[in-house]
Amino acid sequence: MLAFIAQRIGKAVIVLLAIVVLNFFLIRLAPGDPAIVMAGEAGASDELFVTQLREKFGLDRPLPVQLFMYVKGILSLDLGYSFRQQMPVSKLILDRLPATMLLTGTAFAISLAFGVLFGALAARRAGTWADTLITVLALIFYATPLFWIALMAILLFSVTMEWLPSFGYETVGANYTGLAHVLDVGAHLVLPATTIGLFFMATYARMTRASMLEVKRLDFVKTARAKGLRDAVIQRRHVLRNALLPVVTLAGLQAGTLVGGAVLTETVFAWPGIGRLMYEALLQRDYNLLLGVFVVCSAMVLVFNLITDLIYRSVDPRIEFAA
Amino acid sequence: MLKRSLIGLAMICGVSAAALAEEPKAGGVVNAVIQPEPPGLMLGLVQNGPTQMISGNIYEGLLRYSPKLEPQPGLAESWTVSEDGKVYTFKLRKGVSWHDGKPFTSADVLFSIEFLKQTHARARGNLATLDKVEAPDDSTVVFTLKEPFGPFLGIFEVGSLPMIPKHIYEGTDFKTNPANNTPIGTGPFMFKDWQKGSFIRLVKNPNYYIKGKPHLDEIYWHVIPDAAARSVAFETGKIDVLPGGSVENFDVPRLSKLKNVCVTGNGWEFFSPHSWLWLNNRSGPTANKKFRQALMYAIDRNFAKDVIWNGFAKVATGPSGSTIKYYTSAVPKYDLDPAKAKALLKEAGYNGEKVRMLPLPYGETWQRWAEAVKQNLQDVGINVEMIATDVPGWNKKVSDWDYDIAFTYLYQYGDPALGVARNYVSSQIAKGSPFNNVEGYTNPEVDKLFAEGAVAFPDSKRDEIYAKAQKILVEDVPVAWLLELQFPTITRCNVKNLVTTAIGVNDGFRDAWLDK
Repeated sequence: MLAFIAQRIGKAVIVLLAIVVLNFFLIRLAPGDPAIVMAGEAGASDELFVTQLREKFGLDRPLPVQLFMYVKGILSLDLGYSFRQQMPVSKLILDRLPATMLLTGTAFAISLAFGVLFGALAARRAGTWADTLITVLALIFYATPLFWIALMAILLFSVTMEWLPSFGYETVGANYTGLAHVLDVGAHLVLPATTIGLFFMATYARMTRASMLEVKRLDFVKTARAKGLRDAVIQRRHVLRNALLPVVTLAGLQAGTLVGGAVLTETVFAWPGIGRLMYEALLQRDYNLLLGVFVVCSAMVLVFNLITDLIYRSVDPRIEFAA
Repeated sequence: MLKRSLIGLAMICGVSAAALAEEPKAGGVVNAVIQPEPPGLMLGLVQNGPTQMISGNIYEGLLRYSPKLEPQPGLAESWTVSEDGKVYTFKLRKGVSWHDGKPFTSADVLFSIEFLKQTHARARGNLATLDKVEAPDDSTVVFTLKEPFGPFLGIFEVGSLPMIPKHIYEGTDFKTNPANNTPIGTGPFMFKDWQKGSFIRLVKNPNYYIKGKPHLDEIYWHVIPDAAARSVAFETGKIDVLPGGSVENFDVPRLSKLKNVCVTGNGWEFFSPHSWLWLNNRSGPTANKKFRQALMYAIDRNFAKDVIWNGFAKVATGPSGSTIKYYTSAVPKYDLDPAKAKALLKEAGYNGEKVRMLPLPYGETWQRWAEAVKQNLQDVGINVEMIATDVPGWNKKVSDWDYDIAFTYLYQYGDPALGVARNYVSSQIAKGSPFNNVEGYTNPEVDKLFAEGAVAFPDSKRDEIYAKAQKILVEDVPVAWLLELQFPTITRCNVKNLVTTAIGVNDGFRDAWLDK
């Protein structure tokens, strides 16, 4: 198994480098560069101003040289410097990473737990009103745009009922410590995490339900039933466990987006996470920062793919390791 | 109608509250919104809108300006102008210190001038006529000009010429100085904390040179990227101040109707944002003067004012806004007249060529405005293609002259020589920048008038010259003027005395106080 992991990591590094090179050129295909954006924002500029900025950003050098410098940096684990924000890219990303991990991690846990629960429930009661209710709700949450759910949630819970804060990560200026701080962040977390969670919960529920109904018809379930096992045991040990494989696949994909996938939600809720950082970097053509976020996100996807593969194996022992 | 009278009422309430000389109360925290998050707060290096808005609390200029654009004491307490209009002598206020305790002297002023010449494009232009600047003693600064420059007393506002601490920057690489992340000024508030993506926190400067000011203890500038979320944050009471432009214009009437909310359109007299359509004078149908005039007749600017900007605007009559110096209304008028527009298009020989229109990607209001104008133009038979871009793409396309019609708005900085001439004189035609003569208009007579206007002395001569220039421009329609915009500042009514000068919130919270 160790050999498998080592081999996979080796491949991952090559994939990552390819991603870096590809992204490097992709980003530069977008019209405009950071110098012109900053000149535009300043509301006044002359040639000297733009030239100075280009020089500062290193944009006056030939593209291959820029690429070479960047890749060299990446190989020594240096993500470069954001001239716009006057800070190393790695610091900017590390500052924002915890907030995003908290948000998407919570959403992931909520969606997976409740998604599988509701999916199993629906499968078990297939055809009854409970099944219909769950299926319809799942369909609604799956089909509704995230930002709309977010805005409606804000209208209901923040504006009308005044239960939950509508923006931010914590109450700014309150300086809570200990439990009060945890509760404060928790209150801020409820709406955005639920917003993201609902969508994935819906997918997990639908996936679990469909998969369980399929497994239910298989011979080994009939055998289990013939053995006289209790229904709850059959459902849990035989049906659910075997039905989980596609859910794991889906969860692995979602986990890959844990780092970068919350742009809309973070924007609507002013959550100081990495999704927003990426979006802003894109709008400002902050090349180094944008590339940095891409690299971190890609690395995360690769890591989660590896973890998913390992989990496959423990869920279904028939799967063997082969690189 | 009811809607508008309500806004009017709210505005009156804001004005009268400020007019009543109540005794300011000390203390309190104000929560404001900043949009978008600024790239930095070092005002000498970064000049974009959000930076100016926050850093106007940290840094100061030599002068401030009343809503009528009269110079007021800032870091300079008095000034004299020589009879030939070439020598300006400033007496600096004594007992002023930087946030780190070092005294502010005339040496800092000299250093700031040198600093800004290197880093600040607008200051560089404003100081072009400067011959030398000297400091005979610690509290005197003498500016000598090569020739009289009419708007000279108008260039000392904090955003245009902020004072930079010499002891921190001298002999360093300005752009990479670590002090850029912890800005030091002389202003009423000091930089305290910046949680990127969340908030910027300023605290009271306890050693500020005006006794008893500032009144507030702290200001939090919250970063909330979504416009709808910003208005909700205000609605739920988490935010006390929405500076101009921080919510979509269509939310303003709703927010101003809330209890205890005051709205004011004041505080933009210095900038007077002026919006127009850049028309490509070089090629395509827009190169034809008749076609450009047809556009002026085709666009329903009153509709845009009333519906898209909810009345927070004024129909523009020409290159100068009505709030800046030397404005004249004695220019050719272009009222809405589609029939005339059609006739002019026929005369121009327009044959239905496609015209590329670039909206300004600054949010919903601008998007809707572009759609309204597109409709106006289609109604008279112009074939408009809307081009979608993001902000960098817009900058790029406009700077590369790759458009036919492009929305924009520019600040005018109180004087035609500072903020108007740049869009019409031929020496300002330069590819690669979105804030010069982008339309490519050249007229030797206009060039001459603007050149004379800047250095004419005394002011009555300038008046004459600019009136002439405005007349010629309005006849030529190098760009299609739309509206003089107002970006209303929305506050809780217990935030008093916030907007007092011609640059509004950008002049900082020096005089503001909280009625608890």
